[in-house]
Amino acid sequence: MERVTTLAAAVRAPITSERRYVAAGTFIVIGLINIVVFGLLAHAGNASFELSPSGSGVRIPVIRVPGAPVCYVLGAATIALGIARATVPFGRLGKRLAIGCALLGFLISLLCWADAGEIPLDLINLGQNTLVQSIPLILGALAGLLCERSGVINIAIEGQLLFGAFTAAIVASAFGGLWVGLIAGSLAGGLVGLLLAVLAITFLMDQIVLGVVLNVLALGMTDYFYNRLMAQNPNYNTGAAFGAIKIPGLAEIPVIGPIFFDSNIFLYITYIALIVIQVAMFHSRWGLRVRAVGEHPAAADTVGINVLWTRYRNVILGGLLAGIGGAALTIGSVGIFNEGISSGFGYIALAALIFGRWTPLGSLAAALLFGFSLELALVLPTVNPVLPAPIMNMAPYAATIIAVAGLVGKVRAPKADGQPYVKS
Amino acid sequence: MKLELRGITKRFGSLVANDHIDMVVQPGEIRALLGENGAGKTTLMNVLYGLMQPDDGEILIDDQPVHIRSPKDAISAGIGMVHQHFMLVPVFTVAENVTLGAEPVSRLGVPQWAVRRLHLPPLSVPSPGLLDRRRARASVRELSQRFGLRVDPDAYVEDLPVGVQQRVEIIKALLRDASILVLDEPTAVLTPGETEDLFQIMRQLRESGRSIIFISHKLKEVQAIADKITVIRRGKVVAERPPTTSDAELAALMVGRSVQLRVSKQPASPGGVVLDVHDLSVPSEHGDLAVASISFEVRGGEILGIAGVQGNGQTELCEALMGLRPSTGPVLLDGTDISSATTRDRLRAGIGYIPEDRQEDGLVGGFPVADNLILDVYDRPPYAAGIVMKPDAVRKAAAQLVDEYDVRTSSVLTPAGTLSGGNQQKVVVARELSRPNKLLLASQPTRGLDVGSIEFVHSEIVKARDRGVAVVIVSSELDEIYALSDRIAVMYEGKIVGICPPDIPEEDLGLLMAGAATADGQGNGSAPQGPRADELPTAAEPAAEPRAEELGSE
Amino acid sequence: MSDVPVDPIPAVPDPVPAAADPVPATAAEPGQPSESPGPVRSRARLTGVVLIQAITQGSSAVITILAIFLALVVGGVLIVFSDPIVSRAWSSFFAAPGYTLTQTWDSVSFAYSQMFEGAILNPSTVSAAFHGGSVAAIFYPISATCAQATPLILTGLSVAVAFRAGLFNIGAAGQWVGGAVVATWLGFGVSLPPVIHVIVCVIGAFVGGAVIGWFVGLLKARTGAHEVIVTIMLNYVMYDLLQYLLSHPSMLQQPHQTNQIAPFIANDANLGHVGGPPPQVGVGFLIAVAAALAVAWLLSRNTTGFQFRTVGASPSAARTAGINVERSWIVVMLLAGGLAGLSAATVIQGTNTQLTFNSYGTYGPDGITVALLGRAKPIGVVLAGLLFGALHVGGTYVEAATLGQVPADIVEVLEGLIVLFVAAPALVRAIFRLRATRGAGMEAVAKGWNG
Repeated sequence: MERVTTLAAAVRAPITSERRYVAAGTFIVIGLINIVVFGLLAHAGNASFELSPSGSGVRIPVIRVPGAPVCYVLGAATIALGIARATVPFGRLGKRLAIGCALLGFLISLLCWADAGEIPLDLINLGQNTLVQSIPLILGALAGLLCERSGVINIAIEGQLLFGAFTAAIVASAFGGLWVGLIAGSLAGGLVGLLLAVLAITFLMDQIVLGVVLNVLALGMTDYFYNRLMAQNPNYNTGAAFGAIKIPGLAEIPVIGPIFFDSNIFLYITYIALIVIQVAMFHSRWGLRVRAVGEHPAAADTVGINVLWTRYRNVILGGLLAGIGGAALTIGSVGIFNEGISSGFGYIALAALIFGRWTPLGSLAAALLFGFSLELALVLPTVNPVLPAPIMNMAPYAATIIAVAGLVGKVRAPKADGQPYVKS
Repeated sequence: MKLELRGITKRFGSLVANDHIDMVVQPGEIRALLGENGAGKTTLMNVLYGLMQPDDGEILIDDQPVHIRSPKDAISAGIGMVHQHFMLVPVFTVAENVTLGAEPVSRLGVPQWAVRRLHLPPLSVPSPGLLDRRRARASVRELSQRFGLRVDPDAYVEDLPVGVQQRVEIIKALLRDASILVLDEPTAVLTPGETEDLFQIMRQLRESGRSIIFISHKLKEVQAIADKITVIRRGKVVAERPPTTSDAELAALMVGRSVQLRVSKQPASPGGVVLDVHDLSVPSEHGDLAVASISFEVRGGEILGIAGVQGNGQTELCEALMGLRPSTGPVLLDGTDISSATTRDRLRAGIGYIPEDRQEDGLVGGFPVADNLILDVYDRPPYAAGIVMKPDAVRKAAAQLVDEYDVRTSSVLTPAGTLSGGNQQKVVVARELSRPNKLLLASQPTRGLDVGSIEFVHSEIVKARDRGVAVVIVSSELDEIYALSDRIAVMYEGKIVGICPPDIPEEDLGLLMAGAATADGQGNGSAPQGPRADELPTAAEPAAEPRAEELGSE
Repeated sequence: MSDVPVDPIPAVPDPVPAAADPVPATAAEPGQPSESPGPVRSRARLTGVVLIQAITQGSSAVITILAIFLALVVGGVLIVFSDPIVSRAWSSFFAAPGYTLTQTWDSVSFAYSQMFEGAILNPSTVSAAFHGGSVAAIFYPISATCAQATPLILTGLSVAVAFRAGLFNIGAAGQWVGGAVVATWLGFGVSLPPVIHVIVCVIGAFVGGAVIGWFVGLLKARTGAHEVIVTIMLNYVMYDLLQYLLSHPSMLQQPHQTNQIAPFIANDANLGHVGGPPPQVGVGFLIAVAAALAVAWLLSRNTTGFQFRTVGASPSAARTAGINVERSWIVVMLLAGGLAGLSAATVIQGTNTQLTFNSYGTYGPDGITVALLGRAKPIGVVLAGLLFGALHVGGTYVEAATLGQVPADIVEVLEGLIVLFVAAPALVRAIFRLRATRGAGMEAVAKGWNG
């Protein structure tokens, strides 16, 4: 993407050695935070964590750990990791493991600090809600992946989520129930995808401008229809939502079961989408051709692949998937639609996609991270009112900035991402 | 398969790129399509391959008309094409690239070992599109062995040297049973040794009954390999000649007038050392060194030509000299170390730079010609006073330069992107040479230009040299190196492997370029023969091979 | 330098470093314009160049007017939808088509004429003036439009100037908040003599916004972080920061208040008006126009502006010519942030002197649409800002006039549609079957806003 933008970083990335020191420095900072902020400010005594959902068969005893010492230990370990990172060469896997460990240490320290005393912090609840928060992000990122792997930038994920959320809510409330609402939400996202496809692929509009404009339009239209329809008539916004479905057998596994196998249909749709897209994109003929179109459309063209049709198909598929993600915000969650309910999630999903280097598993990891920070922002002020809610709300967005700027090295988007394909 | 093109015509607006072209290629023939840049050769082949539709005319295969509406049709008709700019996905492996669009699909069912050991029935169904990488690899290996095209199916294309990438392209065409193979300027990226390898492969393909259309603007190669030469000029076929035709006649047919094949220049009278480089190293993006500790010096009034196939560090060297890339090691311009100076300061210190990619780095396509002519001096008087720019002064100076350097444009306000390649390069040349410079750095200065523009650029460079400017030319066109250089340096894998006088025989230069000889200035070539490529001594072959082998990494 | 408004493409930079191309590039066939069978990469690049050019000056005023017309048509559909009488009439279309159509026409024309009266000119005031009424009242709608347009012009300039340097400043809203916070604090927290107070607050607002913008530019220059994501995220961060500041009396919250609201700023910090009795021209509007002129001068006559435009058109050519691309990004984002901060100043020190948790409204996204509509050129931004200002005023007016039937939100939709149609000139041309000149973007370079 030349004059038309890519979302990948680095016009002139700093030399690799600088990157190393940036990463090492970040580790050391994290370690210091563990020690100073979490350790010193943790309340005296034990941090306790609840690991069984209420009313389950198998009860795991509440875990109690001495809060402050754990933070100190983890902080020291992270600092040591940072020093190692600066001095010893790390392989690709090693670097990723190091980031993972540093993050895990940070999280545990955070949780130890957060738990304010007698009431154990319910980790099961935290896990379940993190997943709920993450679903729109994961689906949005996957939608973006489908589009961008074929060479079309999709900034309009936000608009697709919003439109999907609205349509799902209103259809489920007044026009046919939850399942029809789900389908309608998906189609709404697909419609935005179609618009994106036509304007970007056939009419060669700049794809970032187009995405931003579509988002503005989506916000305007949903606000307008919310005021015209939903605000006037509560029947259009009843708050209907899917209930949880327990997978028999798997849901009984302690700790993992309640988190991963006891949720509503959207979580299961997400699992299926992840597996299907991962396999299809990297192990199937379909995926090879899609990636060829996204990397070198001329090469694909010369072997007879229909570049424009591939892009159209992928963008619309992406829209359908993002529509489901949007539906998750309403009928997969609290049910009620509010103006602007997507609150930037589409952009976070995009960041997750980039952070995850345009792969399903990478995006999943990044989306979970962002989902966790969103959930934490909701939960922490109630558990430990030290930090005010608005500051906590900032965290996911600030985390995105840090992620895009700091920890990620030079990322490489599909080479033809954002370039319209024009034949002479 | 006999191929006939009858009356092919293709227009782009008012420009007629192909004008009623007739051509017949018999099976088992190597036909050369000779013409200068911009003559219409690539357009014709794009029509043949279905990338473009002709406005008039038809294509016949074995005397039957065929309608080729897309590359798919061309492939089914038995036409394969190796494009000048490779149609390979860099991040895919060789096998993936070769089988793209015709991928073997794996089958799901009883595994082979169970069939053999447990005597289970070999039931299976085709999987829904899952790739069968093993079969893909096998296909690549089979073709590779059959035609002597050494490639590693699992190597990533972006890691392969250009010569190997070309082999991948050929295998790709052969996989689809191409009977007619079109090679578009294939030798532009090859060393003389690799060129001979390619010619061998072409002869082998010819023996197997296939026809080859070989597009080129290089007289010597065309004379070396073709069975017949079709000359195209300005979209029309002007002649068909046998390969024994003289250089002068072919050149004249190509250009339409008698051409001076080489710019005339006086011997150089070099002055003091202007550019002095010691142990310059430039790290590459992959963590190794693109330029590994090279040293050389250039005097005022001489032209140093840096020869070498692209990808051996020349681009990085030029960028490092201009401050566009970090480097280590002192760079002395007239005695002052500029190695930590910014690009701006280096330009100001008296370096003129003609970058390799004129459209991307040399010009701003959307800016008018006038603005492009002051791109690196926009904030200096008379074009600006302090922070205020003076449009009138700019326009006046631009008009003068356009006149002086014969830039064909309707006005100085036309956007530079609409000019032809030759005129664009003239704008860059005008900008850089109209300053009083101590050093001129020109990278691939005549790439893609028509003969007239090439003549012009060469004469300007020689004029600069005669004014006392130290000139460094980086070029992968040996003709250009021989024509301009007072001394020749050869770069291979980031090092300078030799600095030679301008009369070094081409095979010796070729050996240096292929890394087969080292820096003793004479090269190790054993045969004192003339410069015909197909007479390259067999000693060169084994020497050239190890390098290709190790890079192709079986 | 040309006096034809040939401003180059404010193209967006290519952040992916191009690997050294091992294959030589072909030139265009001699004499042939951009459509040469060169490497696809160059071709697509040039096409992208054409597109951005088409946005900034390619499509002529004709396209713009047609785009507005199309948007009004689609808007008309929405109006019909929100009018129960007309909706019912459509359900019996086949029975009485004439009735349906007249009802539709009445409804839509009423809505749009009300918008016109509210925003531009109310004919009744003109006739009233002839009969001894107030002449000044004729100008009320226009002055309301100008007042609404003021912050839009400034955020539009913010986005536009960044766009010319190749950067998408989606973060005008966050920068706006930065400026608003500083202006508010200086407004009520510091006491200064009258004129000085105004000036200090304005400068403070500029600085507040500039700091946020500078941060974005710095991140992009140092780490390559793409400004689209960073600015959008920063917006949300700033919204939350604003909430935080307005929740603590020690910060910006008005004492003894439970709402997230700041104190009024001092009267003497208010920008005020020029020209005595109404209709008045707000000083803010003058600031906006002055800023537009300054930006226009910067881009066309200033050496730094030349740097911006070159970086925007081709960062690689700029770098090769010795321009410090990273520094240009930082400076232009600083400027863009400052302009957004000025926009906040005109609001905080003008129409809405009490900062609340959602004072930023839609100024940010509106700035984007204004900049796009104005083709990223200062004069265009001013005109587009006035148009959108008129739409905003008209929207409030028509909501009141139709008793809530046509909500003001319709204006958001109209704006989005206008921009969509304007930014996709090929679409508009296709709809109206206008003859597209070959290489439309290129030829249209010379035309500019004047078509």
